[in-house]
Amino acid sequence: MASVYFDGATRLHKGNTKPSVDSVTLDIEDGEFLVLVGPSGCGKSTTLRMLAGLEPVDAGRILIDGHDQKGVRPRDRDVAMVFQSYALYPNMSAEENMAFALRNGGMSKAEARQRVHEAAEILELSPLLGRKPGQMSGGQRQRVAMGRAIVRNPKVFCMDEPLSNLDAKLRVSTRAQIAALQRRLGVTTVYVTHDQTEAMTMGHRVAVLKDGVLQQVDTPEVLYDHPVNTFVAGFIGSPAINLIDAKVHDGRAEFFGATTPLERDRIGDAASVTIGVRPESWTVADALDKNGVALKVDLVESLGAEVFIYGSPEMDEEAKRITVRTDKKHRPAVGDIVRVTPVADEVHVFDASSGERL
Amino acid sequence: MSDTSAEVAVDVTGGGAHNAEAMSHSGPAMKIAGYAAMVVVFLVVALPLYWILVTSFKQQQDIYTQPAEWWPKHFTTTPYHAATTQIAFWDYVRNSVIITAILSVTKIVLGVISAYALAMLRFPGRGLLFVVIIAALMVPNQITVISNYALVSQMGWRNTYQGIIIPLAGVAFGTFLMRNQFLSLPGEIIESARMDGAGPLKMLWRVVLPMSWPTLIAFSIITVVNEWNEYLWPFLMSDDQRTGTLPIGLTFLQNNDGTSQWAPIMAGTVLAMLPVLILFLALQRHMIKGLTAGAVKG
Ligand SMILES: Nc1ncnc2c1ncn2[C@@H]1O[C@H](COP(=O)(O)OP(=O)(O)O)[C@@H](O)[C@H]1O
Ligand SMILES: [Mg+2]
Repeated sequence: MASVYFDGATRLHKGNTKPSVDSVTLDIEDGEFLVLVGPSGCGKSTTLRMLAGLEPVDAGRILIDGHDQKGVRPRDRDVAMVFQSYALYPNMSAEENMAFALRNGGMSKAEARQRVHEAAEILELSPLLGRKPGQMSGGQRQRVAMGRAIVRNPKVFCMDEPLSNLDAKLRVSTRAQIAALQRRLGVTTVYVTHDQTEAMTMGHRVAVLKDGVLQQVDTPEVLYDHPVNTFVAGFIGSPAINLIDAKVHDGRAEFFGATTPLERDRIGDAASVTIGVRPESWTVADALDKNGVALKVDLVESLGAEVFIYGSPEMDEEAKRITVRTDKKHRPAVGDIVRVTPVADEVHVFDASSGERL
Repeated sequence: MSDTSAEVAVDVTGGGAHNAEAMSHSGPAMKIAGYAAMVVVFLVVALPLYWILVTSFKQQQDIYTQPAEWWPKHFTTTPYHAATTQIAFWDYVRNSVIITAILSVTKIVLGVISAYALAMLRFPGRGLLFVVIIAALMVPNQITVISNYALVSQMGWRNTYQGIIIPLAGVAFGTFLMRNQFLSLPGEIIESARMDGAGPLKMLWRVVLPMSWPTLIAFSIITVVNEWNEYLWPFLMSDDQRTGTLPIGLTFLQNNDGTSQWAPIMAGTVLAMLPVLILFLALQRHMIKGLTAGAVKG
């Protein structure tokens, strides 16, 4: 068990002008489950690989338990990695795959066997220990990859999109299993994913990365309720938040004929802002309420308990579609006009040009 | 040498499967053309082989008869007796086995180790070294034969095993083939092994080679066949059965009494072919691809 500290860690790949990971500072507590999330190509894997020692740190430092890992070989870092591709040894059985690191570390055959069987028990792999990866299903391989990491009882788990090769249903159940396993073992874990649902449901804290730059690190709730910029606001939450450019007039934001009050001391003298309204932060208003946005309904998605309405503002049909969540009592038909108003104290306000939260 | 090697290598890396697939998707015309090509290739390869085999069972006077005799009229095994007694046949076999074994083992081991270093280790000049190795492949050995001969005979190594073996022990082709094979392995498995604490030799033996058997076996077969059939250099280096290999011995059969006795020569040729043929048949089923199945896909 260990704490992990990224201290301005930077990685510039040869031939690139922009760092793939740009001065990331991140403090991960002992036993914490941290999810690193961001769109594809934002530097998540690179960050993880730097921690594992598979990529050099070009500037800054990475500390494990307070010790700078510069020059420490991957095998000596006591970090176990679950690769996206699983990277199992195809010529070895599940048992040999899991025991490989232990035997390389000089553990006796009997003890390694004992450890592997314990791990297999936890992962429900016991009947499969004799099988080779080629004779297993995707989900079973994934568990062997997990098993290979947990038998080592390492200081830190690194997991790089371990669920991305599973089908949707298996992904949901495995998601819960991994989170439960981590709680049970209490090993510090850095979990990489591009899936915001995984990020929101699995970790203690979530770190959002964009173009190699860390945007925000906090609990899922805070990320959702207080995103620091439009990127985080747009990335976290599904369906995504509605980001709307609005004019500021007389202390109110005006958009598509509707207005919503703004806190004066926050916006200063800005002439325009970007407001963010989550789908559930709208109320369906009276058709005559002139404060509402008139939406022409393009699509209605009914998920049983909740209904999502996708519509374009009547005033500006070219504008981005607006997503509204309602309950099943309000179920308009496609083509209807619906008036919606944002719930004033749930509106996020961002700087119109920088996208920073105001 | 490099011609046959390249062909086998390409086939091993899965070309066969793709061709078969492509054929099943195309029209009947393509199919017929495909079969026709196969028949042509079969005849080109099989006819001479058949002729060798048939001739080796003929009596001397039946060999030149017109029209050609496709089946021996007077079936006899005398040519086999002649081939194995008129020359020191078993001495030549011994020399062939010793020289082929030492050369093959050396080439395979050196090839694998040098390729492993080129593919996995980072050291200054790695790229340059690889270019030099490729360049060595481009030099036909007929060009180096004269200077090699001068050097080796000056050292008094004619009619010695080391005189034959050492100049032939270069491994550019194996290094090239195996390096590319190693580079084609999934990088995450190598990294995984590094994190699992596998040292270089363990990594080679337990992780890298088990995923490379098909290529390694193809390379080994090519090497053994080439060394077994090597003619020019052993011919220059040896005068008789002390160090001469089987192909050299067969030429002595030809010259034994002035006339060419084709039946014993063909019999000797058949005998010389047998060991590599058996080796090939024994190993070819290991040359199938698919050893990385289940390693990196979900
Ligand atoms: N070996 C490499 N050489 C050059 N650029 C690389 C290399 N690996 C990754 N990159 C770049 O670094 C960026 C981040 O990559 P990566 O960490 O794999 O992203 P993610 O895992 O978030 O999808 C990408 O823009 C990619 O092009
Ligand atoms: Mg990645």
